Amino acid sequence: MTEGTRSWQDWLASDAPASRRQARLGEAWRLLRAFLRHRLAVAGLIILGLLLLAALLAPLVAPYPPAAQHLAERLAPPGAQHWLGTDEFGRDILSRLLYGARITLGIVALVTAIAAPVGLAVGCTAGYLGGWADAALMRLTDVFLALPRLILALAFVAALGAGIENAILAIALVAWPPYARIARAETLTVRRTDFIAAARLMGASAARIVLRHIMPLCLASVIVRVSLDMAGVILIAAGLGFLGLGAQPPSPEWGAMIAAGRKFMLDQWWVGAMPGIAVAVVSLGFNLLGDGLRDVLDPKQR
Amino acid sequence: MTPKAATAALRLLAQVLLTLFGLLLATFLIARVVPIDPVLAVVGDRASAEVYQRVRAELGLDQPLWVQFYRYVSLVLHGDFGRSVLTRNLVTADIARFLPATIELATAATALGVLLGIPLGVLAAARQGSWLDQLIRVVGLLGYSIPVFWLGLMALLVFYAEIGWAAGPGRLDVFYEDRLAPTTGLLLVDSALAGDWAIFRSALAHLLLPAGVLGYFSLAYISRMTRSFMLDQLGEEYIVTARAKGLSEARVLWRHALGNVLMPLVTVIALSYASLLEGSVLTETVFAWPGIGSYLTNSLLSIDMNAVLGGTLVVGVIFVTVNLLADLLYRLLDPRMR
Repeated sequence: MTEGTRSWQDWLASDAPASRRQARLGEAWRLLRAFLRHRLAVAGLIILGLLLLAALLAPLVAPYPPAAQHLAERLAPPGAQHWLGTDEFGRDILSRLLYGARITLGIVALVTAIAAPVGLAVGCTAGYLGGWADAALMRLTDVFLALPRLILALAFVAALGAGIENAILAIALVAWPPYARIARAETLTVRRTDFIAAARLMGASAARIVLRHIMPLCLASVIVRVSLDMAGVILIAAGLGFLGLGAQPPSPEWGAMIAAGRKFMLDQWWVGAMPGIAVAVVSLGFNLLGDGLRDVLDPKQR
Repeated sequence: MTPKAATAALRLLAQVLLTLFGLLLATFLIARVVPIDPVLAVVGDRASAEVYQRVRAELGLDQPLWVQFYRYVSLVLHGDFGRSVLTRNLVTADIARFLPATIELATAATALGVLLGIPLGVLAAARQGSWLDQLIRVVGLLGYSIPVFWLGLMALLVFYAEIGWAAGPGRLDVFYEDRLAPTTGLLLVDSALAGDWAIFRSALAHLLLPAGVLGYFSLAYISRMTRSFMLDQLGEEYIVTARAKGLSEARVLWRHALGNVLMPLVTVIALSYASLLEGSVLTETVFAWPGIGSYLTNSLLSIDMNAVLGGTLVVGVIFVTVNLLADLLYRLLDPRMR
């Protein structure tokens, strides 16, 4: 290790930071090192990084267009021409999986974008206001938590009509309650602190305190929970696609691809097996990452 | 019961009633957002405006929403879920016919999960960091990551089509179907009662794969929880005392530590049972298992809303009830909760 690297590492790890910036960077550095020591979590991060790359670069790295049919090569086994084989229309399965990564990531992103803010808003409001508002909002959350998520989502999609947008909406609708619980618990720990009292003395409105001071503090716990939940979201989305209630063919959504491969299961196993492996690997990635983040970020576990 | 425990039980009961009310409200609202006009479904699209209005009034759709909800709740409480468009039977009759298959499947799967999961969890905790411990970790992680319907397809491919160890889809060989008059609806019980061992063997062969697949997920969850409960107990002082007294390690593990873990495990097992009922929706489709999950899926795909809502309500009520029972059992068994 050279003199130069030694000194900036010492600066980051210093017990007596001289500036706010040094303290912040130091804390980030400590968390990063704790995270990197967690080998399985890093493996999860790598899996998800590859997923992101696949989704971004699909048009560049996919050997064939996802919808290109080569009927002469239909149901070809995995080989040099088609690494993962072809489906019943002679479409290259690897290319379809790479494009399917976009759909999976899209579902994950949209469900998070809907469910996390709703959960945060409900939880922080309930925790900060207390009293009747708290009781009412939390009973509502408990009711949603106690109901079977998958079946409720199925019924919602059946009512709204099959399709990927409705599937996302239905999943988000059953995904927010855990975030509300967590956000409320975090809010209760900070609402009596001095800096909240100071903000109130300066005339900040309840909305401003919740939005600017409380919500940012709840973010870390919610992010951990979101990354742990994403595996479940991917499984539910694939299940909806498999039942024909989510993304519709010819979309290369992985669950729908498994459903299409079902007809050829006995003789051409790869048509249904490959997308299933993709689903399992990606949700494994989220599980590993979530476990690691919880170990690193949750001070109670340390 | 002490007053404190009584208040706690009352609170729990109130929460359950509220949850069931929420379930009713959710299914009612789902029925409202269906983009199919229920009046048109009855009268057809060539009916005159007067007929349309009359049927609309007969169906109560001209009433305010809360009146409609009241009517819906009173119908449901009288056990009237309407008629299924698909099977043309009463939804309640359909559910009574399909539910036993699901109960049989979920029970067999949970039994597998308990019988294998608890010993594995105990051993993993006893030898923390060993290969067995690592194995449990991997089994658990895969259990949280693999899609259940995909594992079912793969199991059919390998154990039915390739090796031929298990029977294929369905509950019985076609040959035996309708030969057994249902008493409990659980084929294993019915055939044993009738002394028809050929049917019993066929039913068992068919149950093996779906129960094994669902059982894997139950095993993953139960073994992981057993391990972490056991680790908590093994750090306690009474374990040190037991060891100091010279008790054998087996006795310390299986009697002292496990004995204290069984109570929280009851809750875990109940939760696992409830989630298997839910997971059966996807598994039953794969194995053509004629249970409530298949019924629900078929109705979903043909937008047979009476059947969908009836099935959702019944599964939801069982789900909530099993969780409630687990909670009550826990309070009853654990002296600290009394």
